[in-house]
Amino acid sequence: MADLRIDLAGIKSPNPFWLASAPPTNSGYQVQRAFEAGWGGAVWKTLGEPILNVSSRFAAVNFNGQRVAGFNNIELITDRPLEVNLNEILETKKKFPDHAIIASLMVEPQQEKWHEIVKKVEAVGVDGLELNFGCPHGMAERGMGSASGQVPELVEKQTYWVKEVARTPVIVKLTPNITDITMTAEAAVRGGADAVSMINTINSLAGVDLDTWNTVPHVGGKGAHGGYCGPAVKPIALNMVAECARNPLVNVPISGIGGISNWQDAAEFLLMGATGVQVCTAAMHHGFSIVEDMIDGLNNYLDDKGIASVTDLVGQSVPRYSNWGDLDLNYNIVAQINNDVCINCNKCHIACEDTSHQCIDLYSESGRPMLKVREQDCVGCNLCAIVCPVDGAISMVERKSTIPPMTWNERQSLISNFTR
Amino acid sequence: MSSQLERNFVEMTGRMTKNEAMEEANRCLYCYDAPCITACPTSIQIPNFIKKIATSNMKGSAMTIMDANPIGASCARVCPTEILCEGACVLNSSTKPIKIGELQRYATDWAMETDVELFEKGESNGKRIAIVGSGPAGLSAARELSRFGYRVTIFEAEAKAGGLNAYGIVSFRLPNDVVDWEVAQVVKLGVDIQTNTRVGVDISAEEILTQYDSVILAVGMGSVPDLGIEGEELEGVHDAIEFVKRTKMGVLTEDLIGKRVAVIGAGNTAIDGATCAVRLGAEQVDILYRRTEKEMTAYQYEYEFAKQDGVGFKWLTAPKRIIGDGAGKVVGLECVKMKLGEAGADGRQRPEVVKGSEFVLEVDAVIKAIGQTRFVPFIEAFGLQHTNGVVDIDETTMQTSNDKVFACGDVVFGNGQGEAMVVTAAQQGKDAAYIIHERLRKPSGIA
Repeated sequence: MADLRIDLAGIKSPNPFWLASAPPTNSGYQVQRAFEAGWGGAVWKTLGEPILNVSSRFAAVNFNGQRVAGFNNIELITDRPLEVNLNEILETKKKFPDHAIIASLMVEPQQEKWHEIVKKVEAVGVDGLELNFGCPHGMAERGMGSASGQVPELVEKQTYWVKEVARTPVIVKLTPNITDITMTAEAAVRGGADAVSMINTINSLAGVDLDTWNTVPHVGGKGAHGGYCGPAVKPIALNMVAECARNPLVNVPISGIGGISNWQDAAEFLLMGATGVQVCTAAMHHGFSIVEDMIDGLNNYLDDKGIASVTDLVGQSVPRYSNWGDLDLNYNIVAQINNDVCINCNKCHIACEDTSHQCIDLYSESGRPMLKVREQDCVGCNLCAIVCPVDGAISMVERKSTIPPMTWNERQSLISNFTR
Repeated sequence: MSSQLERNFVEMTGRMTKNEAMEEANRCLYCYDAPCITACPTSIQIPNFIKKIATSNMKGSAMTIMDANPIGASCARVCPTEILCEGACVLNSSTKPIKIGELQRYATDWAMETDVELFEKGESNGKRIAIVGSGPAGLSAARELSRFGYRVTIFEAEAKAGGLNAYGIVSFRLPNDVVDWEVAQVVKLGVDIQTNTRVGVDISAEEILTQYDSVILAVGMGSVPDLGIEGEELEGVHDAIEFVKRTKMGVLTEDLIGKRVAVIGAGNTAIDGATCAVRLGAEQVDILYRRTEKEMTAYQYEYEFAKQDGVGFKWLTAPKRIIGDGAGKVVGLECVKMKLGEAGADGRQRPEVVKGSEFVLEVDAVIKAIGQTRFVPFIEAFGLQHTNGVVDIDETTMQTSNDKVFACGDVVFGNGQGEAMVVTAAQQGKDAAYIIHERLRKPSGIA
């Protein structure tokens, strides 16, 4: 049994799996059910001035029959009175003292408003605060959420105001709806943030109904952009986490969010620099019990690797993430097809022939269809292995280069030395 | 009781639900140069029609199927898919094959129910084609020729069009409404189907040969031949083809309820006869075959189906004499045990009588299913060369000894020529149509 406990900027939880601030953490009833199911922490659905919600709020993107490849919502922050939420936080914390409860907060960008709400939530015993600078819809139109999260100065200033009064660790949650997330991450750190979390949802329109021509979802025939999350956003989130993790100016822990559906996704975020993860869509799709395999799978993975504590995973892959200019131009891999495993769907052939480098030959050997890679023409693009439906039929193998490694940057500097 | 019998003849398998169809369609790999297409005698673009189901393009899916196979709804139900498309599916080597037949049914059922127009007849070219027989081959040829602009007349001896599909395939596998819809598709294209019209009686072969630019012979095969034993004239002795045909016509009699039935032969028609007998209420149905399980010609799934229906199999058993009572009704069947001897000219071991092994089965009915006769006089009326009733053709052009007459379907099956499957007949009908079109659209050498 590996040790799954984490300490994220002073916030301790029995495992790295927190529920993200979202519909699953709307009430004490839900958060208590989540803790009973095994979730290590919960970021309470964002508190602020209670708002009004619309009806018809969620939509999902299905892919080839697979439901909820992506998820879109236009729900706003909590629509329940602050006092109700505070009472339920108090009660939940009493029942689950070892689990982490983090209060997500969103108020107008005014110092006194931040001071007021921070004091109120800390008084009921939360373990930390998460500043919601990310919600892309509704609240942003009122100057909150991503509207303030897209302006580094506002991120820095509001973080600073919170830190003026906060006694618990402050996490700043960042919006991905920005060209370079490290700009706002750095601003949060300058403002005194103890940690950053990312990503909030991405501006999205889930679809258009081909019969009614309404947006999906629509509210009485009208739609507005929502926030996109779920498995489809994972690569975007993972990159943003990694970019912050390798940025020396973002020298605070990261709470990773974005499409994490299982322990494998979680482990990838940890390897890329997240200290813990937050989950929403997977729980909304399957219920709180999915955390059981998240915990169990991560545990078994760590045991298999002989790793004593989950914290030993954090950031291990960050040094391997770099700029394109630092990649070895002379590294060489090629595809190799195992015709004994191949089932002859020929998807690799047509993918390569139509859309890549035309190096997989389809031929017949004593009546049996065969596929072979012409290695001299293979660029190691991986497309064939990607489209292959059978494990082990195509492997990408390294071919030792006859020339020593050289990156683009090294090459450019050599050339400039030469021409100087 | 009769409503129970009717229920017994309702199509056995259900249609996939939308969820099932979507899940299955999404499982298809969309292979390049897919082996399922190669394995289909009509070369349906199977991955395409499946992909179209997945994208809710149901009309496109049905078109893709029916374009390649004018009787694609029937074939979805009767094709031996495990030796054709599904047998070739690459997923046999990794997980499990796509249920192509069921998906094909799902798409064609959609077309049937929406009654959408799939095809249009071609602009008239003024040429006339006669087709004799409205079974799978005849219908397919007619559909294609009509799309090319020919005026097509089909002569059909029976009261209903559809041939084998209408009269020969058990209702619980292929219901009439499917066949009727496929016929209606062809009629909508302007094909004139003259039912109750016997060539040689209502119109002569010469008339057809002189009045039409080209002729397709697609008459299939005839009734079951006599066993050549004593007692065949007794009441209770049936020809399996006629026996199945009556059930297809909706004549479900109660005279077999609780009775014992012996079926002679072990091909697909024998299975049809036996399973129909079970569904008509027979208590005990046995298939008698003079060879063994290994040599039986029925498809494996037909054999399994019969066993599930409770049909018994008596291998190495041949009928010797049908025994009647004073009133001329069947009461028993004298049989003799057989053993397999030396291989004959066809390579199969010959069954030989085991001397003194005679025994009597008490039965109330005997169904004969030992093959089908050939329409020899008919073939000869057209003056066509044939070998033992199998019309001689050039297998690439379907052309007979008369260069104006083409033949396809079961009438050309036999002596190692052709295949007996419905789907093969459909393809041969298409092939005949294409060859005729190629010949007739060429400008004449004189002009």
